[in-house]
Amino acid sequence: MADKKSAVCDVAVIGGGVVGSAVLRELSRYELRLLLLERDADLAEGISKGNSGVIHAGFNAPAGSLKARTNVAGLGMIYGLAWELGVPHRKTGKLVVALADEDRSRLEELKAEGDKGGVPGLEIVDETAIRRLEPLARGRWALYSPHTGIISPYEFTIALSECAWQNGARVLLEAPVGAVDFRGGLFHLATPKGTFAARWVVNSAGLFSEDVARLAGIDDFRVFPFRGEYLITDKDCGLRLNLPVYPVPPRDDPGLGIHITPTLEGNIILGPSAEPVEDKRDDASTSEVMGRLKAEAGRLMPELSRVSFIHSYAGIRPKLVDPSGRDRFGDFIVEESALRPGWINLVGIESPGLTAAPAIAVMVAGMIGTKEDLRPKPDFDPERPHRRRFAAMDDDERTGRVSGDADWGEMVCRCEHVTRAEVVAALRNPFRARTMDAVKRRTRCGMGRCQGGFCTPRIVEILQDEGVPADRITKRGGGSRLFYGRLKG
Amino acid sequence: METIEAHDVVVIGGGPAGLAAALGARRAGAGGVLLLERERTLGGILNQCVHDGFGLFLYKETISGPEYAERLIEDVVREPIKVETGAMVLDLTADRVLRVNSRAGYRLVKAKSVVLAMGCRERTRGMIEIPGTRPAGIFTAGSAQNLVNLQNLRIGNQAVILGSGDIGLIMARRLTFEGVAVKGVFEILPWASGLERNVRQCLMDFGIPLELRSTVVEIRGRDRVESVVVAKVDDRLAPVAGTESVIPCDTLLLSVGLIPENELSKRAGVELSPITGGAVVDQTLMTSAPGIFSCGNVLHIHDVADWASFEGFAAGERAARYAAGERVAGGTVRISAGPNVKYALPQFLTSGAAGVEWSFRVARPLRNVQVLVKGKATEKVYSRKKFGRLLPSELQKIKVRQTVKEDLEVSCHE
Repeated sequence: MADKKSAVCDVAVIGGGVVGSAVLRELSRYELRLLLLERDADLAEGISKGNSGVIHAGFNAPAGSLKARTNVAGLGMIYGLAWELGVPHRKTGKLVVALADEDRSRLEELKAEGDKGGVPGLEIVDETAIRRLEPLARGRWALYSPHTGIISPYEFTIALSECAWQNGARVLLEAPVGAVDFRGGLFHLATPKGTFAARWVVNSAGLFSEDVARLAGIDDFRVFPFRGEYLITDKDCGLRLNLPVYPVPPRDDPGLGIHITPTLEGNIILGPSAEPVEDKRDDASTSEVMGRLKAEAGRLMPELSRVSFIHSYAGIRPKLVDPSGRDRFGDFIVEESALRPGWINLVGIESPGLTAAPAIAVMVAGMIGTKEDLRPKPDFDPERPHRRRFAAMDDDERTGRVSGDADWGEMVCRCEHVTRAEVVAALRNPFRARTMDAVKRRTRCGMGRCQGGFCTPRIVEILQDEGVPADRITKRGGGSRLFYGRLKG
Repeated sequence: METIEAHDVVVIGGGPAGLAAALGARRAGAGGVLLLERERTLGGILNQCVHDGFGLFLYKETISGPEYAERLIEDVVREPIKVETGAMVLDLTADRVLRVNSRAGYRLVKAKSVVLAMGCRERTRGMIEIPGTRPAGIFTAGSAQNLVNLQNLRIGNQAVILGSGDIGLIMARRLTFEGVAVKGVFEILPWASGLERNVRQCLMDFGIPLELRSTVVEIRGRDRVESVVVAKVDDRLAPVAGTESVIPCDTLLLSVGLIPENELSKRAGVELSPITGGAVVDQTLMTSAPGIFSCGNVLHIHDVADWASFEGFAAGERAARYAAGERVAGGTVRISAGPNVKYALPQFLTSGAAGVEWSFRVARPLRNVQVLVKGKATEKVYSRKKFGRLLPSELQKIKVRQTVKEDLEVSCHE
């Protein structure tokens, strides 16, 4: 295959969410020229940032469905992958609780589905076991899933792409594909950063995968945006949650029901709701849903009524079932277009897409592998250099870091204890994602209880030190500028 | 990490309270005083308060925040006080071991006594749960003040301010000076939470409307704030349907309250008051953790920097005496907030203490008020003071000269 400078790549991945990034990383094992095109100013700006961050075991989708199969296969891969990439994660286990005896049958249905689909270790447990596993949880019976876990979904996404980049893949941000042209056996993808030709295209554009497919003349899909709102507590809220606690999935809820999930840092997340919305980017929070989240979560865990929240956010699910229709289940679409051979559509990848992503990536590699000889790179490096957070270091390690580089001694974020060294490293990421949110997702600056009150002025200074003029500082690219020039002074 | 550096008094925070605490400790004879400040310069939030109104009580004249800081700093540097800036305390234990990080190194410090003077932080959008989108252009008033006054950045063109805290009022005027159109200040309560003089000098003098019993019920705009929806609230502070109006703007400033920054205090196991958000203290300003004292905005929110400094002098002096071995019997007399009083501080006294002065704040605006300090058991009046008017925005003082041996209550009567 041709040298790297050639304008033609072997595979172009459209969309830098967790699925696109997993595909890129999987393909980077082989001698392929790879390019990822992301519309926004950073990776994980869409579905991959606004979710519960749960590594699912795979009992929520019907056994045999692609959702269930990729979930179970992904579960078998994701812990090892997270370890290789140095992404914070934890196998916590999970409880699905039935508050009343009559809901036990629903738990048994879930368990049967999971058992059939090969989900390991599921068991129905009683009240005593619930209390032992999670003292904060209430319930008569619960389905206990020992292999469920939690992971930072955006850090995972970024790490996957960074690993692919180390192995030679290119990643372009702020490169939305506006037109697709097929000629000379190549797809020509027009973006504001130039037109790129590719032999294969993987459409993993999430909510916009139907629109991207349409650019290639494929009009087979309808994606229905379903918003899920969340509330998140301070990590110091006085309650320590060991594992995610879910209700028995409500029959009328297109999601899994409003659940309670710990983060790795100790925050507690409530949500998500599930409402159809008109606009695929309408991730606003509403007071009505905030109230409902508190009420629902309070039913599962009365102690939550005492805590206050530091932030609300929302994510949007790309559902394939029409909210007004009768279908309840829409499976993942992972297929090469019959109309446009060489064009692979990944559509409707909602939950459990985070867990399934590594398995979907292997499927994609398999599809390409059936048509051409994929040659493994002898020097493929599956790992990414592990980054240690200052906040997680012990006294000796901190002493050593600061004496080696004084930037470790300068605190930028008071709540999450992030140092200047970490912020600078985040800003020097290989994709040149240099927005406030890019720093936030890489370092946790601004995710604490003061929500950026302390660190924002400091990060603004560091951004300028790193060569971003004040006028170009944005929250998340595009028109999200923070400043309108300087004052006369 | 075996070597632990030892000091008599360590003061955490170099703002109006911490600077005064270091001076107070030194003047009370403390040998080794270490003052730790996480910013690059001393002065704390005073540095970004370029307006005047500081120093009226401490220096008997009105000066700007930086000038006020300068005077305290001049006094500090004249004393043999060890000052470290850019040094943030990351942990404090009940036995007064501090973990300090700075460009000079990460290290453990042990103190005979500690003065907490970390100040406060601002309440955020998330805490008050404003619905809507999450665009750029939402700033807490204090962060905006930093960006405008210290970094000379223009944060917007058309601003709405939610909350009538003092920093919000000051910023309304500051932004107006810079040509930013301030569309209005919206306050959920029936009264302004900032000082009256600030309402007059920062809003009324510039024709900026102050809408009481109103709040922001939605933020709109995807990339940058495009508008906010404001609405009236009812007596339960819930928005009233049908009163919404849309205000186009690109900036929303939040001045919706300050929270004493007690993360370190919590780590040391210091008991906090749910009312003030700060430590529960006795008449020496000592917290429930022996040898750990508290003063300034980390103890309770002050409206005037001078009072934070006075508290700092007192806490520093007491910390020095503690470091020298003086021990005061534990606080057994409890002081509670009675009718119309939000809180009274200190919350505990040593039985037999005399000449104690209380800070208190009223729960709502009052006229022709009699403030009483009464014995809980005997109903004996220990002190009374009359005020023409009392506002929740103004911290007040009342002193009891007599010896106190029973639980007390501070109350206000119209």
